[in-house]
Amino acid sequence: MNLELVLPILIPLTAGALSLAFWRSVRVQRLLAVIATGLLLGVSIWLMRSTIAQGFLVVEVGSWPAPFSIVLVSDVLGAIMIVLTSIIGLAIAIYSLASTPPGHEKFGYYPLMHLLLAGVSGAFLTGDIFNLFVWFEVMLLASFALLTLGGERAQMEGAIKYVTLNLFSSAIFLSAVGLLYGMVGTLNMADIAQKVSQVEDPGMVTVVSLLFMVSFGIKAAAFPLFFWLPASYHTPQVAVSALFAGLLTKVGVYALYRVFTLIFTQDVGYTHTIMLWAATITMLTGVLGAAAQFEFRRILSFHIVSQIGYMLLGLALFTPLALIGGVFYIMHHIIVKTNLFLVSGITYRLLGSYELKNLGGVYRQRPYLALLFLIPALSLAGIPPLSGFFAKFVVIRASLEASEYFISGIALLVGLLTLYSMIKIWAEVFWKKVPEHVTDVSRLNGEVKDPRSWAFYVPVVGLAFCTLIIGLYGQPIYVLAETAADQLMNPQLYIEAVLGGQSK
Amino acid sequence: METLMAYVIGLLFAASIYMMLRRSIVKLVIGLIILSNAANLLIFVVSGLTRGAPPLIPEGTAEAAGAVADPLPQALILTAIVIAFSVLAFAVVLIRRAYEVVGTDDLAQMKDTDT
Repeated sequence: MNLELVLPILIPLTAGALSLAFWRSVRVQRLLAVIATGLLLGVSIWLMRSTIAQGFLVVEVGSWPAPFSIVLVSDVLGAIMIVLTSIIGLAIAIYSLASTPPGHEKFGYYPLMHLLLAGVSGAFLTGDIFNLFVWFEVMLLASFALLTLGGERAQMEGAIKYVTLNLFSSAIFLSAVGLLYGMVGTLNMADIAQKVSQVEDPGMVTVVSLLFMVSFGIKAAAFPLFFWLPASYHTPQVAVSALFAGLLTKVGVYALYRVFTLIFTQDVGYTHTIMLWAATITMLTGVLGAAAQFEFRRILSFHIVSQIGYMLLGLALFTPLALIGGVFYIMHHIIVKTNLFLVSGITYRLLGSYELKNLGGVYRQRPYLALLFLIPALSLAGIPPLSGFFAKFVVIRASLEASEYFISGIALLVGLLTLYSMIKIWAEVFWKKVPEHVTDVSRLNGEVKDPRSWAFYVPVVGLAFCTLIIGLYGQPIYVLAETAADQLMNPQLYIEAVLGGQSK
Repeated sequence: METLMAYVIGLLFAASIYMMLRRSIVKLVIGLIILSNAANLLIFVVSGLTRGAPPLIPEGTAEAAGAVADPLPQALILTAIVIAFSVLAFAVVLIRRAYEVVGTDDLAQMKDTDT
C-alpha cells in the first residue's frame, strides 16, 4: 500500500467535506484551505520522490488483482502533474484569502475549490479509463459551480457555452469508452493497451481513437474546438480564472498524452498527423486571437489556446525529444499562466478595470509589480533564461529534427506574436500614462481596494520564483521530463508495472 | 435486435444534436438530456445484448453455470446516469438563472462574452 499515492485524492476530498461541515464559519474554511493545500504540496513532493525511486507506483483499490480492480498508477508524468496541481492549489488558496469577495466565500467557494483539486488529482492518478471519466465529471461539476459563483450576466453567458461544450465532450468520451469496452472487454488502461493490438478490425480502433481525440481536444481547447474557452475564462473572479487557466485544459492535454502514448499507438501515421496539424493551427489561431483583443484577461485566455498548441505539437511529433519538450512545456505553462492571471487581478484592484484603454501608469505606482509581470510574460514569450525559452527550444528543435520545417517556422512566428501581445499589455498597462478619461483612478469600480495585502503578493512572488528556478536550474527539471518521456515512449513498462506477472 | 438498437441510438444522437443547434436554451438542455441517454444506450448495446442469468456464483464453485449477463456495462451505465443526472440538474438551474439575468432564452442574444 503506497499511502502517498492515495493521499493526493483523499486530502482535498476530506478538506472539501470539512469545509462543508464548517459552512457557517468562513474563517475555519480559509484556514482549512491553506492547511490542506499545503499538506497536498508536501504529499505530492513525497509522491514525486518515491515515484522516481521506484519507477511506477501502483495501488489496487480494494485489493482485487489488477485487470478487475480500479487501479491508481503514478508514473513520472503523473507525479509531475500532481506536484504542479498542488503548487497551483496552494497559490490559489493563499491568493483567495485576499481576493475572493465575501459573498462567494459564503456560498461554498472553498469546498468547490477542494473538490476541483480532488477531481484533477484523481484524473492524473487513475489507471482506469472509466474512472478517468468519473474524475473528469467531478472536476467539471466543481468548475461549473465556481464559474457561475456571483451570477453576473457575462458569467451566465460564458457558463452556458462552457457547460454545453463540456457536456457534449463528456458524452463523446462516454460513447468512446463504451465502444472500446465492446471491442476489448476491459477498462484497465494497461490491459486495454495490451489487448488493443489483437482487435480484428484495426480501422475501428482508429475510429475510436479519433473519438477520444475529439473529446479530449474539446477539454484541452485545441483547434477547432476551443471557442468555449475565450468565451468563458475571463468571466469569473480572478482566482477562479487563474485556477482554471492553470489546471483544467492541462487535464485534457494530460489525457491525450496518456491515451495516445499508451493505448492508441497502432496507427501513428494517421492519428498523429491529424494532431500535428490541429496543434499547428491551434498555436496560430490562439495567438492571432490574442493579438486582436484589448482586454487583459481575454488576451491571456487566447494565449492558453495558443500554448496548448505547443504541448500538442510535442505529442504529435511523437519522438522522444518532442515528448520531453511537451512535458517541459506543460510544467512551465501551468506556473506561468496562473501567475499572469494573478497579476491581472492585482492591477484590477489597483485601477478597477481589465480594459487596456482604461489602464495605465502601473509602473510609476508599483515598479516591483511591473517586474513581477515581466518575469512570467517574457517567459511565456520564450525569452532566455526564463523557463519558456527552454520549453520552446526543445519543442522546436524536435520539430526540426523531424524535418517539419514549415511547422517549426510557424512555432517560431507564434513565439514572436506572443512577445508582441505581451509587449502590448506591458505598454498599455504598465508603461503609458494614466489615460485622461479616467478621472478618479482608484475608484473606477466603486469597490476597489488597494491591494496591499500580503496574500496578493506571496503567490505571485512564489510562482515567479518557480519560473526562475525552472529557467536557471533547468538541468534537473529537464532530466525529470526526460524520464517522463522515456516512460511514455515505452508503454510496455507501464503495462508490466500495472499488470505485474500477468502481462506477456 | 442489435441492428434496430443501432438505428435507435443513431436517431437519438441526431435528435440531440438537432435540439442543441436550436436557439432556445430550453431546447439546448433537452438536447443534452437526449445526448446522455444516447451515450448510455450505446454502452449497453455495444457490449453485447446477451440474455442471461444474473452473474451470481453458487457457494463453493468458481464459475457460474450457464450464460450470465455481463454486469460491468450495467454498472457503467448506472454511474453515468447518476453523473448525467447531477450535471443536468445543474444545467436546469443554470438556464433558469441565465434567463433571469439575461432576460431572454435566445442563444443568439447571448454574445457579450464572445470576441
